[in-house]
Amino acid sequence: MRPVAAEEIESLAIGAWILGTGGGGSPYLALLNMRQLYRQGVVCQLMDAAELADDDLVAVVSNMGAPLVGQERLTDPKTMALAVTMMEEYLGRTFRAVMSLEIGGGNSIQPFMAAAVLDRPVVDGDCMGRAFPEAQMTSFAIHDLKMYPLTLADVRDNAVVVARAASWKWMERISRKACVEVGSIASTCKAPRTGREIKDCAILGSTTKAIGIGRAVQAARRAHRDPIDAVLEVADGVTLFTGKISDIARRTTEGFLRGTAAIEGLDDYRGHTFSLAFQNEFAVGWLDGQPRVMTPDLICVLDTVSGDAIGTETLRYGQRVTVIALPAPPILLTPKGIEHVGPRAFGYDLDFRSVFG
Amino acid sequence: MRRRIGIDVGGTNTDAVLLEDDAVAAAVKTPTTADVTTGITRALAALVERAPATRDAQAAMIGTTHFTNAVVQRRDLGRVAAVRIGLPSGASLPPFVDWPEDLADLVRGEVVLLEGGHEFDGRPLVPFDEKGMREAARRIRVSGIRSVAVAAVFSPLNASGEEEAAAVLREECPDVAVTLSHRLGRIGLLERENAALLNACLVELARRTTRAFTEALHQSGIRAPLYLTQNDGTVMLAEAAEAYPVYSFASGPTNSMRGAAFLSTRGEALVVDVGGTTTDIGSLRHGFPREANNVVEIGGVRTLFRMPDLLSLGLGGGTRVSTGAASLALGPASVGYRLTEQALVFGGDVLTVTDIAVAAGLIDLGDRARVAALPAALVKEALARIRAMLEEGVDRMKTEASDAPLIAVGGGSFLVPERLAGVSEILNVPHQAVANAVGAAIAQVSGEVDQIFQDLSRDEAITRARQLAEGKAVAAGADRNTLTVVEVEDLPLAYLPGNSLRTRVRVVGDIAG
Repeated sequence: MRPVAAEEIESLAIGAWILGTGGGGSPYLALLNMRQLYRQGVVCQLMDAAELADDDLVAVVSNMGAPLVGQERLTDPKTMALAVTMMEEYLGRTFRAVMSLEIGGGNSIQPFMAAAVLDRPVVDGDCMGRAFPEAQMTSFAIHDLKMYPLTLADVRDNAVVVARAASWKWMERISRKACVEVGSIASTCKAPRTGREIKDCAILGSTTKAIGIGRAVQAARRAHRDPIDAVLEVADGVTLFTGKISDIARRTTEGFLRGTAAIEGLDDYRGHTFSLAFQNEFAVGWLDGQPRVMTPDLICVLDTVSGDAIGTETLRYGQRVTVIALPAPPILLTPKGIEHVGPRAFGYDLDFRSVFG
Repeated sequence: MRRRIGIDVGGTNTDAVLLEDDAVAAAVKTPTTADVTTGITRALAALVERAPATRDAQAAMIGTTHFTNAVVQRRDLGRVAAVRIGLPSGASLPPFVDWPEDLADLVRGEVVLLEGGHEFDGRPLVPFDEKGMREAARRIRVSGIRSVAVAAVFSPLNASGEEEAAAVLREECPDVAVTLSHRLGRIGLLERENAALLNACLVELARRTTRAFTEALHQSGIRAPLYLTQNDGTVMLAEAAEAYPVYSFASGPTNSMRGAAFLSTRGEALVVDVGGTTTDIGSLRHGFPREANNVVEIGGVRTLFRMPDLLSLGLGGGTRVSTGAASLALGPASVGYRLTEQALVFGGDVLTVTDIAVAAGLIDLGDRARVAALPAALVKEALARIRAMLEEGVDRMKTEASDAPLIAVGGGSFLVPERLAGVSEILNVPHQAVANAVGAAIAQVSGEVDQIFQDLSRDEAITRARQLAEGKAVAAGADRNTLTVVEVEDLPLAYLPGNSLRTRVRVVGDIAG
């Protein structure tokens, strides 16, 4: 266990936004909350999963809802913590630590907000290693762990416990319904995990990884080096394309932001075209019409100059972007993993082939 | 005959033009003065001398960077009470939370958080705490604060919370100025609240400045109503505009782009405005600057409202050219207003971009002999760099792949080569040095709506939004018969139920009467 410095939270916000692969929501407001908490003297602790006893309980937390609603109903640490205490009351047991559901985007920082209020450590890890749009797209689901109970807290003192669900899909449907009813934004504590389950089934070390990516970007900017090179180096990534956004189409279906973006090549890629399909996050990329990269490999679109990640909601005509791929956690690459988060899980009739061979 | 006076009050110069129908009848450039009024009075006197018909103008429009400069330089700002309506949500991130500390220290007065606000679908979040508002209003009255900013959760969709708060403030402290966030901004509470807070800290200055403008006009014997130009290239009557200074933050660059469109008679083009220190590149769509869609920082404060999308390059007439051991470098340092002392052609000892231009014969300024000895290879290399910077900038701002026309304005426009990659033609226009005052003179009135519509088809949502925008434009003084839609944008929203569409529509029209 070690204390997390305020600067590391800043790095985490940058790194997590990159690992968000276009989705996950901007970490900005969560970061502002952490700055406030640290100003008040809070210091969060980051805990290695190995330090957990097998029968310890870990709270997996995330903010659920529409990113746009989150821009008006600002996320706050107390409501985040409330979902966790509700679960403790329901279980009649105490959590040893909290952990992130997804390390990509704003949910990377939510557990730190809860941890600050509850004075518990944050486990270094998550169960996606990136961001994904649906509840069954986790390493826990791939390992067939139980998906209930779930607690959902609204800032107005409304609280919901989903005691049982027949499947991950049912859990998603029921909790989504409750979330919409309280205004499409809620704090959730997912099914509690034992120390053993975390050690065996979580994606470990992803918090440290996100901090490392963010720190590399910051260091590169300070040294006037290329921040994208820094990301590739620290996260073992590859560049897939560099160009300028030439077309974007977006639509919402079944509550998701789906769409495509076309990029016209520049520099080494002049004369070539790259197209991207997304469902909240980038799912598949084609180079000149041929599939080049697909989920679960991480597809990240970065501002060519600043290295800042660009979300699927903020893609805009004319942006100069570089598309990079980062390797997915091994669990997502197993046959069972591909079933849950591979191209067919997103409706693309493609056999998964990693850019990393 | 339709006569309009356009005035641009910049940091260095105050420019004025008289427009008769669609022709520039007279144009003057005079130095800006510390008290602003004197500069305007002088400019108008010069304009009247050249064109006595200036006195018969039916409207006068002023564009100014005065309010942006006040924020950036941290001067003349008033203390503000912030009222946020939205508890129990958002309590951990109070007003001013992401402001630079020095600015917050100057502006932050009473901070009040109250229950109320709405959901994205218009349902109330919790009932509005009117009692709390009344108590806060009484505290504000006692504190002596003169300006209040009110922001409620989802007020762009349902403004009743902010309106109710304003009613209480009017009753309890009738003398304070009240800024309501829904009048200024879009979805995004913190950014919208920031815009309201910035506005509130500037209202006192805006009132004083606007009245000084009016007085300058009267002293010059001009009886025409005064309008202030806005970030989006439209105008508001001065009496109304003085309540919304943030709307004129970017009126300077916007006016020069609008002027470029008018002088070239092109509605779709790129505009390059080359000044002494920087070059602004923008893109015209239907004769208006394309707007930035992202967060815009002003003096370190994040806001999200109507601003032109501009790319600023560190290239101007005064940009330093250094010839180190390794290679040639352009800027970003500039000699700025000291160009006429420090540049080689003016007898100084600093090699500037202007010296390169003179050596290359692009313009005849100062003493040409003083740059005759510059190596031809150096001049060629520097020009190639300038071209590369402009080409890269132009390409970044283009909205489609095909070649686009480009209008060059500003005092340094001689730096724009006759041909650029990605540009179909380069248009040099008359009166290019006062393009911003021309842009002020031609300004129209606008109305805008940015709202989430549910369970409507895309066409229905856009129609609804257009009707609301037209209503706003007419209320702001537009002639209904001249309204046209200049921007339509829609964005489907992830995770919201039903078919939720965020739709933005903007219409513009001529000033009525």
